[in-house]
Amino acid sequence: MGNNRPKLAVWKFASCDGCQLSLLDCEDELLAVAEAVQIAYFPEATREVVEGPYDVSFVEGSVTTPHDEERIREIREISGIVITLGACATSGGIQALRNFADVQEFTNIVYANPQYIDTLDKSHPISDYIKVDFELRGCPIDKYQLLEVVISLLAGKRPNIPTHSVCMDCKLKMNTCVLVAGNEPCLGPVTQAGCGALCPSYNRGCYGCFGPQDSANTDSMTEVWRHLGVADETILQAFRGFNGFLEPFKGASERLE
Amino acid sequence: MELKVLQLDQLNDLIQVLIMDDYQLIGPKVKDGVISYDSIKSSSELPIGIIDHQSPGKYALQNIQSSRFFGYTVSPYSWKKYLYPPVQSLFKVNRNGKGISFEVTNDEPRYAFLGVRGCELNAIKIQDKIFLKGNYIDPNYKRRRELSMIIAVECFNTCETCFCDSVGSGPEIPDGADIVLTEIFEDGDHYFLARSETEKGQDIFNHLKLNDADDKHVLIKDAQLERVRTQLKRRVQTTGLKSNLMANPDHPRWDEVAERCLACSNCTMVCPTCFCMTVEDVNDLDGTTDRQMRWDSCFTSEFTYIHGGNTRESVKSRYRQWLTHKFASWQDQFDSLGCVGCGRCITWCPPGIDITEELEALSIPSNQYKKGE
Ligand code: SF4
Ligand code: SF4
Ligand code: SF4
Ligand code: SF4
Repeated sequence: MGNNRPKLAVWKFASCDGCQLSLLDCEDELLAVAEAVQIAYFPEATREVVEGPYDVSFVEGSVTTPHDEERIREIREISGIVITLGACATSGGIQALRNFADVQEFTNIVYANPQYIDTLDKSHPISDYIKVDFELRGCPIDKYQLLEVVISLLAGKRPNIPTHSVCMDCKLKMNTCVLVAGNEPCLGPVTQAGCGALCPSYNRGCYGCFGPQDSANTDSMTEVWRHLGVADETILQAFRGFNGFLEPFKGASERLE
Repeated sequence: MELKVLQLDQLNDLIQVLIMDDYQLIGPKVKDGVISYDSIKSSSELPIGIIDHQSPGKYALQNIQSSRFFGYTVSPYSWKKYLYPPVQSLFKVNRNGKGISFEVTNDEPRYAFLGVRGCELNAIKIQDKIFLKGNYIDPNYKRRRELSMIIAVECFNTCETCFCDSVGSGPEIPDGADIVLTEIFEDGDHYFLARSETEKGQDIFNHLKLNDADDKHVLIKDAQLERVRTQLKRRVQTTGLKSNLMANPDHPRWDEVAERCLACSNCTMVCPTCFCMTVEDVNDLDGTTDRQMRWDSCFTSEFTYIHGGNTRESVKSRYRQWLTHKFASWQDQFDSLGCVGCGRCITWCPPGIDITEELEALSIPSNQYKKGE
């Protein structure tokens, strides 16, 4: 591909770095990726910085400060394609829990000098500010999905990222359903696939890391969990996880308040 | 062919003969908390004394401290997982120099399926019609099917979810098995009655020294089957079913069931007759592509995606597709129902939606129907 290698930048907003680490975690594939693309800006991996504009920008994290708001708009201007990585960037992340409460109250309790804290009321997904070309879900993202996106970019095809339920993946793997056979509360039926049904494969219910599937029926899910004997308070907390501010998870938890 | 007696210790002989004959023996065993159709090397791996309890949205095993080998009903995943695997590679494309080359690798498994139930054999026969008849034959299915051997075992128990009888798919074993076994427990005696139905089956029998059964055995066998039949409580009223379903696309029940349905696709995935698939290209960074076929479901929104959007946006329309396909349009397409009454879709549906209950509700004229009936 020689000099036609696309220039790639990786940006960080409010996040834990886990999604960027997934990129570094592609050890076996990293060399091939580095050959196929020019990693021009990726402070987590290298101090070398190649100036923009960039063909592709990966954005991790949510927008939580006025400074973030400016920065994300600038990134959009110098980027050809913008792809968000993970729950924070796509839904506001776990830090969006504050969206259900009063941030001022938190800052007053936590910080000795809250007057120095300059923060927004809410933790926002990137798409609240700019046009996002593709959103990669997950907390953290799945490295195979990330590779699929990179490969698809290079091949000029639509990435193969299904939006159906985790149950589909569970069934393709011939897992035993932990909900039906184990009375284990599982969010798989309302959650988008992507992890390869990781938790059910290890006998745990799904935590909803990849956010709602495209046709999530959260109220029926609530009923199913109630039938399993789960308290409403616990169901509320399950919906209010890494993707709690994304509809219809948001509405489902609010109806349980 | 004539009925034989297969003594308990000869069950393992049968298994060993099949393995010696280069069959990969697939039979029931306990795995991950369920009865799973898996690779078996000896009769001691069978689920001895284990029965299953299945009800809407619930599954559990129980050890009843018996020496019975085939006391359970049906496993979560049917034999479909072998004859029509969930993910199949169709071909690979390799980049070499300036050109590309294609590579097809065909698996050649010789499966012997031990423990196929009446409903399950009917499901295989339905899939035979789908994949082996008409203008478009699936060569992969054909190869696996032709190489495989079917050893059916008559049911001894039923689950609350079974309704084979009312859709004409059981509990008796239809034509099409190579060997049929019936496990008998009678007055402290425990043995099998065995019948070979094909040359393939007879070849296997020739390696075993089996005594002839007598009239008394036939009576015992018939009585057992009748007892099983009377245990089946769940029913589908098939007369007028197709015309009624097709005439009622706006029945209020569709809205009600859509409120419960999670559009999770579990029902179609476990159904032994559902055959829908999609094709995906799995690309590598080095330029190789694996074109794969994988199971799909009419419950996903991607399923009906065409340029500009998908044609079944609501969960209601997807549930209606599933039920009308199984019980109505399937009849036009393949000349039979698309359901063999195995009950899997009822058991493995997280909210426990029961197709027989839905069909009954839908048979009530819309204008007389009251919500929640
Ligand atoms: S274990 Fe969870 S994700 Fe898997 S099939 Fe059951 S409900 Fe769906
Ligand atoms: S529709 Fe349900 S009961 Fe009928 S064959 Fe399929 S899984 Fe079995
Ligand atoms: S019910 Fe749905 S998944 Fe099953 S065969 Fe029909 S269209 Fe396909
Ligand atoms: S009928 Fe049940 S198993 Fe099927 S998609 Fe709806 S909720 Fe899932």
